[in-house]
Amino acid sequence: MGGARLALSVALSLILQPALPLLAQSTLPQPSAPPFAVTPEDGQWSIPQKNFASTRYSDLSEINTDNVKSLQVAFTFSTGVNKGQESAPLVVGGTMYVLSPYPNILYALDLTRPGAPMKWQYNPKPAAAAQGVACCDVVNRGPTFANGRIFFTTLDAHVVAVNAETGEEVWKTKLGDINRGETMTMAPLVAKDKVFVGISGGEYGVRGWIQALDANTGQSVWKAYNTGPDQDVKIGPNFKPFYDSDKGKDLGVTTWPADAWQQGGGTVWGWLSYDPDLNLLYHGTGNPGPWNPNQRPGDNKWTAGIFARDPDTGEARWFYQTAPHDLHDWDNINELILLDMEWEGKPRKVLVHPGRTGFLYVIDRTTGEVLSAKPFHALTAVTGVDLQTGRIQYNSEKEPVNNRVIRDICPTAPGAKDWNPSAFSHKTGLLYIPHMNMCMDWESVEPNYIAGTPYVGAEVRMYPGPGGHMGEFTAWDIREGKELWTINERFPLWSGALATAGDVVFYGTMDGWFKAVHARSGEVLWQFKVDSGIIGQPTTYRGPDGKQYVAILSGVGGWAGAIVSGDLDPRDGTAAKGFANAMRELKNVTTKGGTLYVFKLP
Amino acid sequence: MRRLLVMSLTALALAACEREDREYRANPVTSETNEKIALSPLSAGPSGPTEQRSGLGKEYEENAYHISQGQRLYVWFNCNGCHANGGGDSGPALMDDRWIYGGQIGNIVQTIREGRPNGMPSFRGKIPDDQIWQIAAYIRSMGRNVPKAAAPGRKDDLSPGPAEQRRPPGEVIDGGQTPPSAQMPQ
Ligand code: HEC
Repeated sequence: MGGARLALSVALSLILQPALPLLAQSTLPQPSAPPFAVTPEDGQWSIPQKNFASTRYSDLSEINTDNVKSLQVAFTFSTGVNKGQESAPLVVGGTMYVLSPYPNILYALDLTRPGAPMKWQYNPKPAAAAQGVACCDVVNRGPTFANGRIFFTTLDAHVVAVNAETGEEVWKTKLGDINRGETMTMAPLVAKDKVFVGISGGEYGVRGWIQALDANTGQSVWKAYNTGPDQDVKIGPNFKPFYDSDKGKDLGVTTWPADAWQQGGGTVWGWLSYDPDLNLLYHGTGNPGPWNPNQRPGDNKWTAGIFARDPDTGEARWFYQTAPHDLHDWDNINELILLDMEWEGKPRKVLVHPGRTGFLYVIDRTTGEVLSAKPFHALTAVTGVDLQTGRIQYNSEKEPVNNRVIRDICPTAPGAKDWNPSAFSHKTGLLYIPHMNMCMDWESVEPNYIAGTPYVGAEVRMYPGPGGHMGEFTAWDIREGKELWTINERFPLWSGALATAGDVVFYGTMDGWFKAVHARSGEVLWQFKVDSGIIGQPTTYRGPDGKQYVAILSGVGGWAGAIVSGDLDPRDGTAAKGFANAMRELKNVTTKGGTLYVFKLP
Repeated sequence: MRRLLVMSLTALALAACEREDREYRANPVTSETNEKIALSPLSAGPSGPTEQRSGLGKEYEENAYHISQGQRLYVWFNCNGCHANGGGDSGPALMDDRWIYGGQIGNIVQTIREGRPNGMPSFRGKIPDDQIWQIAAYIRSMGRNVPKAAAPGRKDDLSPGPAEQRRPPGEVIDGGQTPPSAQMPQ
């Protein structure tokens, strides 16, 4: 595996980072959540991101660093589906909402009664064939609540609105075609009476888009593609990207070989944030298709980047491309955390984003200017981000060549960090990032576009990064651009994080431990072994009895856990697009599952 | 002399055509072989299911040429996108001993033609019939359900694990895996 070589290039890449500006940093205040995200705590958890700034922080503090060690199970519930549980349990009033992976069953649990019995279930009955065109297990990243309704996406590319009280379907809208590889897995975001959703299928040559639906009727209000002519992308006179490489006419066409943008990816399957003060909706765009970059010379706009759009019209306002001409499947759909901070003496409204590329980006969310990009993962494939041009610096030695195996590429195809969201503590001012520590070998091969089948063109196998562990839970000081402490985990972290005012931070591991750690020291204060690996999003709420509860779904799967949830054969290292190579041992430590766990103090 | 050459070339060409014209290759796109196979080991009555196999399957899976053609076509038609190099992805592993829809070559041919409900596309009319048999023969080689001598050796591409030829001979357990459809409630 070339450990020494790896270590050297890691060291090099760290040295090549732009030096920190010489400021008296210790006197700088920590970043803070914007005013719209610091409303008085209502004890609910009504959207997966917790608030429009996506901080995943609760002001509840009954559970604290002293008493968390006595947490115990309050109740459990089986989702009935043994596939990857990436969803976030929501709580609104006296009801908890749990959404299963395909077949996407929504359950309502009555928190006012002992044992939280089921109130109702709603089954959208998605087409079974959708399972074949779901790239990475049949996951769903959660429902969302607004105005008395629960909204969610189904694997066969429908969006549904369900009456949160009765479980009755209010509307159901079909937005994609599985015969073209289109599926939906993301959690919608609802703001201004609109439901914002996007399409999945970046591994199937899907042309990515985001849409706004009328929350009352399910009718489309606007739709913006992420490849193709400006008109389709909703780029007009108000589009003012910060960097020159994003300026010009129809770049979504001209930065591709002829017509390749039509199967160009740039899907939207991750996290959305919304700034009501600036009236801007933020969303990432997925990897360009196919993975094999030699098929698509050019920057491949507008894939692998971040858009700020007007939520009313869909008009693009700015764009920043984290991976122009993406080489390694570096979708840019990870969480976009909106914060206020002082930068070089001036207050800035920023967007903080731990990317698949391995950099933690701090971006001015008004203009799209990158203020800093610091590595949080061992890097060999990239050396830094040029802050003058905004461009990532690829290491040419690690660029894919057709029919040649390129070794020791770090980070891997799922990136330094995949979809599983970080949490920002309003109290400590730190960001808690669940991420990976992995490298890979990659061979580009010529792909073949057949609608409804994968369009990838790469043979991959992954393995642990330097140190031999594959997961890391990092407390990150955004102001200083460096980690404060890190907990190493044997398997990649595929679960989200939760921060609380009790200074306790929660996350789960793929071998089935649910952990509570001290938000300042990183000391593990409590852990509990659940029935299957955890890849879900922890949430917390105040129950009808006034007590604080913490909820998590267990049930291993997702891309990283497909080896277990899909019964893959570990003798083939390229199974699950190369993830199986690194995850062979997972079969020996966990089985499939699908159980909600809810904890409370005695 | 020249005439002789032309004549002999023509004869040669004709002979070559003759050789290519295998019996089972009537019309590769529209015609379909019709093996009488069952998906279940159970039948009404104690005798077991009624089946009728032509022996065609044996011809394919004992033939190194067919298997290596199948290996090429498996990638050509993007089977590897969903099943990787046999270890599985969105589709199940094909190199293991557990089969939802039957692991005999006739079953696999049916699977490819008809598709299967939980996300296996139907390739009927998209892949010529003899190529479907070649792909099915290659799939049989993944779990070494073909003679060692006929199984493929090491590929040039990134090695996903030991080559088919070096795998221990397999055994097929029909219905050994719970189909995904049984993993959902209701
Ligand atoms: C779009 C993804 C996809 C593609 C492309 C695909 N498959 Fe499948 N395949 C699946 C899924 C999903 C299943 C499981 C279906 C089910 O359980 O109903 C499956 C099932 C199968 C099975 C049955 C396995 C069993 O245990 O019985 C075989 C054999 C198979 N596929 C072979 C192929 C071949 C050969 C090709 C290429 C010609 C191919 N597949 C292309 C997704 C795919």
